[in-house]
Amino acid sequence: MNLNEEVELLKGVPIFSKVEQARLKLLAFTSERVNFGVGQEVCRQGDPGDTMYVILGGTADVLIDTPSGQISVAEMKRNSFFGEIAILCDVPRTATIKAKEPLATLKITKDMFYRLVAEFPEMAIEIMRELAHRLEDTNQKLRAATKAG
Amino acid sequence: MPQAGGAANPGAATRQIYNVIKALIAYRGRCDRADAGFMERSLFSYIWRHSRPEQVVILLLVVLAQVFYFMSLTVPKSVINNGIQGNAFKDSKTIPFLVWELDLSAIFPGRVIRFFDGFQVDQLQYLVVMSFVFLGAVVVNGLFKKTINTQKGRMGERMLRRLRYELYDRILRFPPAHFRKVKQAELATMVKDEVEPLGGFIGDAFVQPMFLGGQALTAIIFIMMQNWLLGIIVVVLLAVQMAIIPRLRKPVLILGRQRQISARQLAGRIAETADGVHEIHIHGAANYERADISERLGLIFKIRFDLYQKKFVAKFWNNILSQATPFAIYLVGGYFAITGQMDVGAVVGVLLAYKDLPSPIKELIDWDQQRQDVQIKYEQVIDQFQPEGMMSPELQAIPDGPPPPLGKELALAGVVVTEDGRVKQLDSLSLTLPTSSRVAVIGGSGSGKEVLGQVLARQTLPASGTIRIDGKDFFQVPEYVIGARLAYVGQDTYLFPLSVRDNLLFGLKLRPVAPASYDEATKAIREAFWKESVRAGNPAFDPNADWVDYELAGATGPGDLLPCMVRVLKQVDLDEDIYSLGLRGTVDAARRPDLAEKILKARHTLHEHLQDGTYAGLVEPFNDDHYNKNLSVAENLLFGTALGKQFDGDNLATDPYVMSVLQKTGLDVELQRMGLSIAETMVELFSGLSPDNPLFEQYSFISADELPNVRLLLQRLGGKGIEAVPEADRIRLMTLPFRYIEARHRLGLIDAAMEERILGARRAFAEGLPANLRDAVEFYDFERYNSAATLQDNILFGRLVYGQAQAGERIGTLIAQVFDELGLRDSVIEVGLEYNVGVGGKRLPASQRQKLGIARALIKRPQLVVVNEAVAMFDGRTQDRIRDNILADASERHSGVFWIANRPNQAEPFDQIVVMQGGRVVAQGSPSELAARGGLYTELMASA
Repeated sequence: MNLNEEVELLKGVPIFSKVEQARLKLLAFTSERVNFGVGQEVCRQGDPGDTMYVILGGTADVLIDTPSGQISVAEMKRNSFFGEIAILCDVPRTATIKAKEPLATLKITKDMFYRLVAEFPEMAIEIMRELAHRLEDTNQKLRAATKAG
Repeated sequence: MPQAGGAANPGAATRQIYNVIKALIAYRGRCDRADAGFMERSLFSYIWRHSRPEQVVILLLVVLAQVFYFMSLTVPKSVINNGIQGNAFKDSKTIPFLVWELDLSAIFPGRVIRFFDGFQVDQLQYLVVMSFVFLGAVVVNGLFKKTINTQKGRMGERMLRRLRYELYDRILRFPPAHFRKVKQAELATMVKDEVEPLGGFIGDAFVQPMFLGGQALTAIIFIMMQNWLLGIIVVVLLAVQMAIIPRLRKPVLILGRQRQISARQLAGRIAETADGVHEIHIHGAANYERADISERLGLIFKIRFDLYQKKFVAKFWNNILSQATPFAIYLVGGYFAITGQMDVGAVVGVLLAYKDLPSPIKELIDWDQQRQDVQIKYEQVIDQFQPEGMMSPELQAIPDGPPPPLGKELALAGVVVTEDGRVKQLDSLSLTLPTSSRVAVIGGSGSGKEVLGQVLARQTLPASGTIRIDGKDFFQVPEYVIGARLAYVGQDTYLFPLSVRDNLLFGLKLRPVAPASYDEATKAIREAFWKESVRAGNPAFDPNADWVDYELAGATGPGDLLPCMVRVLKQVDLDEDIYSLGLRGTVDAARRPDLAEKILKARHTLHEHLQDGTYAGLVEPFNDDHYNKNLSVAENLLFGTALGKQFDGDNLATDPYVMSVLQKTGLDVELQRMGLSIAETMVELFSGLSPDNPLFEQYSFISADELPNVRLLLQRLGGKGIEAVPEADRIRLMTLPFRYIEARHRLGLIDAAMEERILGARRAFAEGLPANLRDAVEFYDFERYNSAATLQDNILFGRLVYGQAQAGERIGTLIAQVFDELGLRDSVIEVGLEYNVGVGGKRLPASQRQKLGIARALIKRPQLVVVNEAVAMFDGRTQDRIRDNILADASERHSGVFWIANRPNQAEPFDQIVVMQGGRVVAQGSPSELAARGGLYTELMASA
């Protein structure tokens, strides 16, 4: 998979959806590709997170700790991504991600992301707009839910 | 006429002769107490004492040289008078030549014993012979000059060497506290620069005044013979000069002294700036420092300028006074001549004799000035080198065998240590300490426990009280016994800028245990070298000898020292770090063929493991027939390690041979095309980024400065292919892909066809490599050890694949496992031991420095080790682990540990605990006894 394909995948991430293509390309170029073998953990629930991953290939299990042990709650495939909030603010990982098949990811660190945002403030505006949309969306859902309730 | 400026000052000569006599008298008395701790105050005594025979030889040579000098002056007269003008040949055609006779007519009138009648020579023969005699005299004269100067030079250099050595020797014998007062840069300046002029002076110290003084004296005697009254006038006037000129010069000398001190302090300040440069930056104090230096330089300027002024004032009076003598001769002599009491010829004679005086006198004055100058320099230096409480040389004697044991019991009685005579850090402390006991000392800050540790290492000397070891004065125990049997580690460790190994073994080098082996030729050179050392009062120790006392470390020789080193490295938790250094180190296969072969074997084993599924895809091995996606294009082309600069780094891209290979294989155009593609991507990615963004340096193939030019080029090109690019730009484009790594940069530029072409170029490069470049590259070869590459690269023989999670850690573990399997771990550590720690050990992290310091103390298996809060900088677990290792080792060897605890709870596993407060011992006993008694012990333990 080369750089252009990675850029296409990055575009699928909502917070990046409106960011200029050239910026995403720089983000992809300066980010590291990390592959995980079967059974390797990408991140662990509860650990502090500061990195976002975009899955370029393979599948991963999303595991949640419960009192009765770890259970798989979902599976992630190519085009999936996780940790996008972690690069905006420090939040602990909400799940453990483990490679089910050999997994290829693009690893975007908070540092690299911040550097680009500092360099291109319009990126920040696009991301803010996207987050605002999401918030509005959530609010609407909340209103609908309270009405329904 | 006397020359202006040729100041007559025979006073200097007289004074000097007096000085020499004084020195001679002093010498007889001082011989006996030569090394008593004080250096000669007078430079002359010092020189005379150490170079008497040489001075005498030179003096004789000078006298002898005068004969030939005189000959070279008289022969020309004979050549002109007899040889050319033929005066001697007026009466006969030939005259006898080389007549050898003894004229005794003074004793027995008319009695002449003739041994040889000589040859009869005519005028032409005489001319030829005398011309050659002249030439001979000139040559002999020159040879004498050469010999005398060589002798003088050698003597001077020898004395300089002696003086420098003596000063250095004294530094080693300074009391420890003295180093808190002196600045190291000042010491260095004194030993190096300030004594330097002495070397040049020493050769002339005695010869010059004797020689010149003799000449001056002859002239004065001649004047006296002409007219005693005039003679007295001349002598009186010289006496006046003798009295006045030193007075005039006094301020000059004082200023000279100030100049020397201020220059030395400047050196000290500059060293301070270098030492504290981080503090200066952190606190933004650069300008305050500038102010200080400017102030100092201003002071130095003032001193130096005053010096010039005073010097020229002295010179002015010097000139006036020297002209007073001819003035007197004119006036008085003229008066005598006019009144007829003296004939005109005599006055002229006196004037002529006086004319001969200035030259030697002037030189004498110069010499005297130099003498005073070096005397001051000498005094200034030696004053700094005789502090109170110097260690006696016997304490630092070199042992002639294994050092004896330390003794069984240390007894401290009424020991008081004060800081500058005020605050008592130890207050009448008494303590009995068997050297084989394991004791911990606890106490709060200000309890004096760390001072106690320093006292036991003789780093701090008590103001009063006694310390005895088995009844003998502890401070009179030779240093080699302390060095070998009592180890001390304090809070900071100094490492010498040598290898880890040399630092570790530093404490074992008490004496040469085995001489170095030399071949016959070298041996003769070395022996001559030592003979010279002894002549200059230096010891004839050989640093090339083996100084490592293997026995002390528990080994029998160099062969089994490694396990001992590894053992102590483990004790201080340093073995892993040194192992990592070893992996990054290199081994020269020519020097260590055995090790190289073993590592090659490890490479094979590792690659077998890499075939396993668990490690699949983590390493891309170097393979002749494959393009390696994890190497750059340049590395793929070279396919080896560059030796030297020829093919190293960016040099490869501009190397003419590489260019020719690329052209031949047609790869050049391909690379240009690739370069164009990279340039387009870089312009797309990095345009709009501010030029100082670190991303440029980290990721861009084109620097921020160049980017606009490249953008312009691409705009002009307007999408046309590489063919449209001007030749000059093509070369630049071609160099861009050299750093391109497909797996890392992922621009998809290298497809299968491109791989093949690069492989073709790789082969062409290797096959056509001219003979003179063979040594510039070591090609990758699975069956050959690569001396230029690190151990890790050698065993890995490939690259870690980019972007494999935890590939580095997993392969690192695998490598360690393979080395363990093959029993090579210690060998890797051995390679790591060769790592140079840098100035002050700065190339190691602080914690590793400290660990190495502890290991250095432990490797000599001391009878008693004093650990003075030496583990304070480690984390709690490491502190305890190192303490337990040291205790376990000590109890196994029945040796002692004196542990000054930085945390009270460290004391728990010790047999005995000493509790200190206010510089006194307040409690002592086993942990259980102390716990039962309560008090400060319980308090301290609770607070920990």
